[in-house]
Amino acid sequence: MNASTKSRRYVRPLDIAHGQVDLSHGSGGRAMAQLIGELFLPEFDNPFLREGNDGARLPAVPGRMVMASDAHVVSPLFFPGGDIGCLAVHGTVNDLAVMGAQPHWLSASFILEEGLPLAQLQQIARSMGRAAREAGVAIVTGDTKVVERGKGDGVFIATTGVGFLPEGVEITGDRARPGDRILVSGPLGDHGMAIMAQRESLGFASEIQSDTAALHGLVATLLQSGVDIRVLRDPTRGGLATTLNEIAGQSGVGMMLQESAIPVRPAVAGACEFLGLDPLYVANEGKLVAIVAPEDADRALAVLRAHPLGCEAAIIGLVQADPHQFVQMTTRLGGRRIVDWLSGEQLPRIC
Amino acid sequence: MKYVDEFRDATLAQNLARAIAAEVKPDCEYHFMEFCGGHTHAISRYGVTDLLPPNVHLIHGPGCPVCVLPVGRLDMAIKLALAHEVTLCTYADTLRVPASGGMSLMKARARGADIRMVYSAADALSLAQQQPEKQVVFFAIGFETTTPPTAVVIRQAAALGLPNFSVLCCHVLTPPAMRRILEAPPDALALDGLIGPAHVSTIIGSRPYEFIAEAYRKPVVIAGFEPLDVMQAILMLVRQCREGRAEVENEFTRAVTREGNRKAQHLMDEVFELRDEFEWRGLGTIPHSALKIRARYEQFDAERRFTLAFQPVADHRSCDCGAILRGVKHPRECVLFANVCTPESPMGACMVSSEGACAAHYTYGRFRDMEKPA
Repeated sequence: MNASTKSRRYVRPLDIAHGQVDLSHGSGGRAMAQLIGELFLPEFDNPFLREGNDGARLPAVPGRMVMASDAHVVSPLFFPGGDIGCLAVHGTVNDLAVMGAQPHWLSASFILEEGLPLAQLQQIARSMGRAAREAGVAIVTGDTKVVERGKGDGVFIATTGVGFLPEGVEITGDRARPGDRILVSGPLGDHGMAIMAQRESLGFASEIQSDTAALHGLVATLLQSGVDIRVLRDPTRGGLATTLNEIAGQSGVGMMLQESAIPVRPAVAGACEFLGLDPLYVANEGKLVAIVAPEDADRALAVLRAHPLGCEAAIIGLVQADPHQFVQMTTRLGGRRIVDWLSGEQLPRIC
Repeated sequence: MKYVDEFRDATLAQNLARAIAAEVKPDCEYHFMEFCGGHTHAISRYGVTDLLPPNVHLIHGPGCPVCVLPVGRLDMAIKLALAHEVTLCTYADTLRVPASGGMSLMKARARGADIRMVYSAADALSLAQQQPEKQVVFFAIGFETTTPPTAVVIRQAAALGLPNFSVLCCHVLTPPAMRRILEAPPDALALDGLIGPAHVSTIIGSRPYEFIAEAYRKPVVIAGFEPLDVMQAILMLVRQCREGRAEVENEFTRAVTREGNRKAQHLMDEVFELRDEFEWRGLGTIPHSALKIRARYEQFDAERRFTLAFQPVADHRSCDCGAILRGVKHPRECVLFANVCTPESPMGACMVSSEGACAAHYTYGRFRDMEKPA
């Protein structure tokens, strides 16, 4: 970059209020440098990014490193309770958090569609910056590409995160044992239905807010309490059902859920009923599934409920021995059914 | 959720379960067919069979619109989208149904066909208005429930004089399919009664089922799609059996009358007429069992506009969809079930739609096969 050459040419500032992304913003030239300097940098500002290098030089931190990556392609970009910006931060922070890791750094890659209003991009970057600060992580490096109009959906954001595992923390999907209890940190399906309600213009469901939130604080509280945590997951795409089937497969166990114990908000249940969806398969972006040792279940529940992000937590079932690794459920009616893997797409493109 | 939770109430379910258990004769086996996929889905999803005495058996019927659609009809839709390059609008359920040559609408889409998933016929009509330069075809499938909305859009298209909208009409009728089921020899399928359709009956009423009671001496109880509706209907069927009655009773009085929805019936009659015959998957060719678009609306008939002809296609040799649709086999008796045929890679239509007997059993109930092998 030649920003500091002697002949200080006048550069017209980016017209964020009226401007739009065009192909030059992805060309690697001045326009791109200006976009980064005037739009992204002020929102993400931190010493690593300010160095302006191709990569970030990061200090060594003790402990094992955890790395996670998440791509975000949401339509609409803005929805009740959040937007693609904060979602892109929360998604990756949560992937680190459910490993038990303390998130430190994020990278952010943007694929922008030609024609995206700069004001929207700024709003998204601002939301990302805020979410990162709140989560105590720094966006230390990134990339911007522009695709032709019609070849993107406004903006796609891919984030990669690096975090560190405290000594002695072992939380992986293969540690569920028969007898363990299954907990969720709150009502299910809020994010997916907030998006669907927007998309399908469901007036009666407009009160539904996405639950998008960073979960590492909640996880840290749980870790500090000394509860014997076997598995943690955030049930995002595919919902609770998919998450539990993944764990059942990894741990080689079955599960038995109680439908009446699973929290779902009435508005979410209503919207699901209307669209013929099952809330167990609807995405969440700020919920935790915790599998804990049976003797610690009540304490884990109390710890979750004492935290603002877990105040509606519930014990929803237990792990059981099953060579077929079925996740089953006692229905509200008193019958039994399988809660199977999601087959096909229940909700296309929501997280 | 008001007006829904009441029909899924555990206490009422237990009461009904006790009433059914008290009503059945222990030395009798009861075989009831739920005609509709909507019932099949509710029974599986709520685990209704767990609340029934072991001598009450539910047999899944053919009332799943996607399941009874023959491969040849799907081929016509794929041809429209690929060869005629129309925008084909379809309900989501049809997308993954296997067609001939390893194709499906989903695969046609990946090959560049313009196939859109819609929630209603009206969505297809608006699409035609939005893109006047392109032919838009609505792939109209389903029983009498989805037929009136198709009639409405055809009338609207006529009123608007839309030159780029047409309908590939595959609407079928419930009573002729029921008759075909009841004609099965008793050694293949011994039925003691039928749980009659919910939504279909809101349109056609309960009268069209009276032949079942009169000619075939089988009790029919029309039931809603909630689990308690199904249980109440089973109780009513058991009572009819016990008392030796064969009548059409209506459990779904909150939505169904004997005459049905006259306005919808008139609409259907104005736009559609009976086909001489129609091939059903599993049930074979049944005379006067489906609808075609009347001559006065022929410019909206995709079959005529694009001169499409129906080519019958045989199902996969080992696929038991046919027998399962007729109720003579249970999904677990099909050699493909849960082996090569799963919801992810369905071999037959019954594994595709959530209302299909195989998909319902696979998704919700296959753990039972492990507990008590067939």
